[in-house]
Amino acid sequence: MTTNVPAVDVHGAAAEARPKNFINWSSGFMSWAGTLDHKRIGLMYLVGVSIAFLCGGLFALLVRLHLWEPNGALFSNAQYNQIFTLHGAFMVFIFVIPAIPGSLGNIILPLMLGAKDVALPRLNLLSFYLWLTGAVLATLAIVLGGFDTGWTFYTPYSLYTNQAVVTIGLAVFVLGFSSIFTGLNFIVTTHKLRAPGMTWFRMPLFVWALYATSLLQVLATPVLGITVLLVAFERLYHIGIFDPRLGGDPVLFEHFFWFYSHPAVYIMVLPAFGIISELVSVHSRKPLFGYKLIAFSSLAIAIISFLVWGHHMFTSGQSTYAMFAFSFLTFFVAIPTAIKEFSWVATVWKGSIALNSPMLYTLAFLVIFAIGGLTGVILGALNVDIHLHDTYFVVAHFHYVMMGSIALAFFAGVHHWWPKMFGVIYNETLAKIACGIIFIGFNTTFIPQFIMGSRGMPRRYATYVPEYAPFHQASTIGVIILAVGIALMVYYLVASLFQRKKAMENQWGGVTLEWLAPTPPPLENFNEPPVVTNEVYDYSTLDLQTMRTPVK
Amino acid sequence: MSHDGHHSVVIPAPGPEFQAHTVAHHFDTPVQEFQSAKLGFWLFLATEILLFGGLFAAYFYFHEVYPETFRLGGQQLSWKLGALNTSVLLLSSWTMAMGVRCAQTSQKSKLLMYCGLTVLGAAIFMVIKFIEYKAKNDHGLVVFSELFSPYNEATGQLAWFKDYHNAMVDKAGVPLPHGHLFFAIYLTMTAIHGLHVVIGAGLILWVMKGAAKGRFHAGYYLPVDLVGLYWHLVDLIWIFLFPLLYLVP
Ligand SMILES: [Cu+2]
Repeated sequence: MTTNVPAVDVHGAAAEARPKNFINWSSGFMSWAGTLDHKRIGLMYLVGVSIAFLCGGLFALLVRLHLWEPNGALFSNAQYNQIFTLHGAFMVFIFVIPAIPGSLGNIILPLMLGAKDVALPRLNLLSFYLWLTGAVLATLAIVLGGFDTGWTFYTPYSLYTNQAVVTIGLAVFVLGFSSIFTGLNFIVTTHKLRAPGMTWFRMPLFVWALYATSLLQVLATPVLGITVLLVAFERLYHIGIFDPRLGGDPVLFEHFFWFYSHPAVYIMVLPAFGIISELVSVHSRKPLFGYKLIAFSSLAIAIISFLVWGHHMFTSGQSTYAMFAFSFLTFFVAIPTAIKEFSWVATVWKGSIALNSPMLYTLAFLVIFAIGGLTGVILGALNVDIHLHDTYFVVAHFHYVMMGSIALAFFAGVHHWWPKMFGVIYNETLAKIACGIIFIGFNTTFIPQFIMGSRGMPRRYATYVPEYAPFHQASTIGVIILAVGIALMVYYLVASLFQRKKAMENQWGGVTLEWLAPTPPPLENFNEPPVVTNEVYDYSTLDLQTMRTPVK
Repeated sequence: MSHDGHHSVVIPAPGPEFQAHTVAHHFDTPVQEFQSAKLGFWLFLATEILLFGGLFAAYFYFHEVYPETFRLGGQQLSWKLGALNTSVLLLSSWTMAMGVRCAQTSQKSKLLMYCGLTVLGAAIFMVIKFIEYKAKNDHGLVVFSELFSPYNEATGQLAWFKDYHNAMVDKAGVPLPHGHLFFAIYLTMTAIHGLHVVIGAGLILWVMKGAAKGRFHAGYYLPVDLVGLYWHLVDLIWIFLFPLLYLVP
């Protein structure tokens, strides 16, 4: 750590002049609604997906409160079916899939690459409006009678149930194209808009993760698009291909659906991995252990994820030999995933760890994701899965990944880049307390679900036998704790915008390019286009007094 | 390469009847802009192919499950009209390619002519498509007026599939199982493809509007190029649809 090569070469001293930033350089409704700036679009996404998350969370709270009593405390069974479907559909399609790429990805990816914007800014805005249209359509579907199919829309039930399935199908189709366009944009941006000197192996791992995600978005989502379109046609004019009354095959739907929806799991989780990779390095002030391994493992996960969809269908009557293959291939996903987990832990090890709130969220992620990942291997084992299929064990497993890992990584990223995005810093003490409450609440919610699932409690039911009541009640108490933690988090984050406690230019001592841009960044991000001369995550030139890397 | 964001790069017009093109502010060079758009468009075309991929998968699956239905169903389609439409689309792909060439060589009036011919090809294609749909309608294989009528649970009859001339029966005269499936897949695939033809024609008309104003020339022909690629994809998908639906049985 003795080199004194400047991390980034910025010509001239214009960095001192403070022009207006991207938030205040223009004002008025149209300057936001019609903006082509990636940071403003990202900010609109951030607001949007946060509202979607709070809606989805509210539905979850209602579901859990209902399950306090074995016969259901609040709703009729039909209402319960609609509410848990809403929870799933909002969380999966409107929150988790677009959350990290749409908000943090949009804002940070061009900054990390040293670009002025994403390559296709108009497409970026279109992607946001498609997201908005999808969210509105989904809300409209509630008004039009609701839908009770679960977020998976399994045929034949989705063909026979009430009318709003076409509306929600359309919503999913539109949201799918929003996701495709974001991915497409990031691929082009990564290929074409890297700053001079930013080679592929100097790219931060958040960029690598978003790149792998984008490949999945572009290659898997169209299949979901045509699948929901076919379900809509099936309802409108009875094609018959999914309808057993008309000679169709409902299992074909499952194949189509999971061909998308298993890779979709990685569309959701890879960006989270990317955030964690950044944060373990910055807050341990240590280059990432196994940088290339992490980069390639993202691509490996992307490729393997196309070959394992059948593990969702172990009880659907597919051929036994196919099940062997799908189970076997599923285990392979564990390898690149474990490489990441080990690399993160090895990065933290002997690092100069700063227990800032983003780091606390990151450490919480590392614990929760280890549990979420390992229970996935248990479920991938064919014989065990026959027992656990469609029980709360599965629910707990994917919530450890979706909520415990992805949402926590999203929170970690929001906390990490908050000072860069807004130029203000939140109340750090409250942030640490909220992180603790969320961690405790989350585990209290889902550990009982593992136990009752392994004892046979089936998922999705509105009522249950009284033997499961203690587990359900513990889980409901957990979700209330979780809700308190999240409410606290929302409070201090929003409050920080009004208290305006100024953040440092480089709050945590990061050395990726976004920390070199002014805080908050101006319209075209950098006062002078950066030229990269240093390896990625090289902290040797960071001045700990000023948190700046030297500039020419 | 200019790093100065405040002065955009401008590609001059090659003559008075053309317009200059200003490169978008976040690109350093025209080449970067061109390559970015092109890469993005190829990725978009990949998603189109994957979208149709789902339909093709359904086609192959049901062809396997109900081979006799698909054999007889294919015979109900007019391979002559299908072949005619194939040649119309192939010719229109050629005129589109010529249009792109004329944009690259700053030949404004020829660009307009070739684009016009391509739109004409699209129109002929859709007219022939209409004639085919009309025949299916008259034979009761796809009764369009009944398309959205509900399925009759009691009789198990589909309102839009009536088969007036008993085309879909076996040698003993017994209706084949699920004879409608071939036509459902035929209708879905060709209708989605037809929608692409209409969108493609609309895009070419939009290109013609810009071409008339002199937006496209040797220095800047990106939109013509991309719309051309889209049109070739529409053509390519039909090249697969035609043998599978009309000839394979
Ligand atoms: Cu899966």
